[in-house]
Amino acid sequence: MPNKIRSVHDPRISLNILSKEDIEKIHTATLDIIESVGVRFPSHKALDILEANHAVVDREKMIAKIPGEVIEEALSKAPPNYTLAALEPALDLPLDGTYSHLGTDGCGVEILDAFTGERRRTTKQDVSDVARVADYLDEIAFHWVPISAQDCPPYSRSLHELEAIWKVSKKHLQTESIINENEMQTAIEMAVAIAGGKDALRQRPILSVMQCTTSPLSHDGGSLEAGLVAAEAGLPIGYMTMASCATTGPVTLAGNLVVGNAEVISALALMEMAYPGCPVYYAAAQTAADLRTGAYTGGGPEDFLFGAATNRLADFYNVPLSMGAFATGAKEPGWQSAVENSLSAFMAVSTLSDMLLGAGLLHGSRILSYEMLMLDAEIWSILCATFEGIIVDEENLALDVIRSVGPGGNFLAQKHTKKHMNERWLPRYMDRRPYNVWEQKKDGAREWALQDAQRILREYHPQALDEKLIAELDRIIKAHEDKFKP
Amino acid sequence: MSQEFFAKLTQSLVDGDPDATFEYTKGALAAGIEPMEIIKKGLIPGMNIVGDKFSSGEYFLPDLIIAADGMQKAMVLLEPELLKRNQAVESAGTVILGTVKGDIHEIGKSLVGTMLSANGFKVHDLGVDVAIETFIQKATEIKPDIIGLSALLTTTMVNQREVIKALANAGLRNKIKVMVGGAPVTRSWAEEIGADGYAEDAMGAVQIARQLVSK
Repeated sequence: MPNKIRSVHDPRISLNILSKEDIEKIHTATLDIIESVGVRFPSHKALDILEANHAVVDREKMIAKIPGEVIEEALSKAPPNYTLAALEPALDLPLDGTYSHLGTDGCGVEILDAFTGERRRTTKQDVSDVARVADYLDEIAFHWVPISAQDCPPYSRSLHELEAIWKVSKKHLQTESIINENEMQTAIEMAVAIAGGKDALRQRPILSVMQCTTSPLSHDGGSLEAGLVAAEAGLPIGYMTMASCATTGPVTLAGNLVVGNAEVISALALMEMAYPGCPVYYAAAQTAADLRTGAYTGGGPEDFLFGAATNRLADFYNVPLSMGAFATGAKEPGWQSAVENSLSAFMAVSTLSDMLLGAGLLHGSRILSYEMLMLDAEIWSILCATFEGIIVDEENLALDVIRSVGPGGNFLAQKHTKKHMNERWLPRYMDRRPYNVWEQKKDGAREWALQDAQRILREYHPQALDEKLIAELDRIIKAHEDKFKP
Repeated sequence: MSQEFFAKLTQSLVDGDPDATFEYTKGALAAGIEPMEIIKKGLIPGMNIVGDKFSSGEYFLPDLIIAADGMQKAMVLLEPELLKRNQAVESAGTVILGTVKGDIHEIGKSLVGTMLSANGFKVHDLGVDVAIETFIQKATEIKPDIIGLSALLTTTMVNQREVIKALANAGLRNKIKVMVGGAPVTRSWAEEIGADGYAEDAMGAVQIARQLVSK
């Protein structure tokens, strides 16, 4: 099993995307919207909390207008730093503003079978298989539920997804597929069993939770109530906006940021009102809708800009960010996916987004491709190397070596070269072979990536939990199913 | 006089100015022009131009939606007048739309509704989180050509199957075509649950609806 994670740490490159004044304008506009227009919270439980905190609540429309100072006061209680715990402490992920960690994408509904190439609906076995490959890759720091276990009953599906991943990987798990209270409670029961008690889970949250907002300016009742349950248990909880320019948000980028920001911070404030000091994070995957179809695009310059801008907002609120990057709109790995995933990830890392989603999916997060997962990991390794930047010190200036080689020589035989050569980046999938070698088979990145994935799937069978714990998780899921079977 | 109104109505749709469409419709009615004439000679030519410009890539989705909004505003004035004369606009078909139980996602379904209306379908939008029984009740009441079922979640998608089953149980299945859509919905899912049509976007939905009613 892996014992290290390859994340971007202390990058030497940064990007200036929004000025302090820009951020303040967006913040002021956001508070204005939350206070004057309000946000829909279709949950009486949520509205009760908001009302007790001086929000003006319309129970019929389920809209809360929350005073700006109440939002600010609530957000000030959120812890700025915390750690996403792993089952293996060496795989813990600090969210302290110096790292960017990459997770898988979610939640796809189809998979390109690694061995037959067939595109088909996803199952619990697929969830487990993808988790094994993600576990193998040092570049993948944490799991999202990458695809849906559609062969499991809807009322316990998200629990089967968690179990499938926990059984094979000790990396941190962030679920984005639990959207009601009772499944959240059972998921926590499972996490408590693994962590060894409620307090142990609170101390070392091996599970974090992501919920979606419903743009524009709305939440889902089940998502709010599930989030409150998670916050009570001390699990890091984030709310993700996917406001899309021209459809679920204004067509202009700044306006879209305001709408998304209102959704996210109103939900985070609710969590802090209910459980002051609970770990929360900002989450976003904003985009521009395609102007011809209205569809979610999952790529393009707007996404890149949102990717960089959003961490400035999260920094302003002093909470970590989980940012949608990668997640190409392409139908297969290729030119489009390479451009979109490289640039979106570069931009999100350039402002040090704490968590990045997500590797491995095609067609706007709908189809899992093992090739894509492997190729995305390679993009990440390029970024890790790039963000290390250029270190200028005596050793790196290498004056002694330059002197000893002098004009016209070469550096290959130098000890200095041997000492540092492993710092240079080496590709797994870039084709640097001579032309005639390539010409023989004309193969390349896609074939190699798929072969690697096939090899991992055949050979790598990690067991993260002992039999007793697995039996306990099975028992908990079974009890849930008995109770909630319609 | 009439020609001038028709030209202005057409242009207001092409320009994407729903308020102007509304005002010119009001003016045309006040000038005694027959409502059916207003539709056929003023509004439909405008919608056709907008449709052509969209197809050729000159216009974008917002242009279509704004034109459809203008058309709708005009129909608010024209429908009572048609009714008085015992006339009705020829409909491409009747569609019941809704997002299935447990799911509150609205925009995709509403976009499909707007595009269907703009293309001459009579649309009854039941909204979001629609109970299975509500679909059946409405279907029994208005006997639509098509029911469109939207879902954004893999966990609510299963209710598309339940509605189809309920239609069968109510003896309505062979009289009504069912189309399904939503981000997690795929062609193979549509086939598995026995839906008659599936499309990935609103324009595709219009094409499918046209095919389904012509069958």
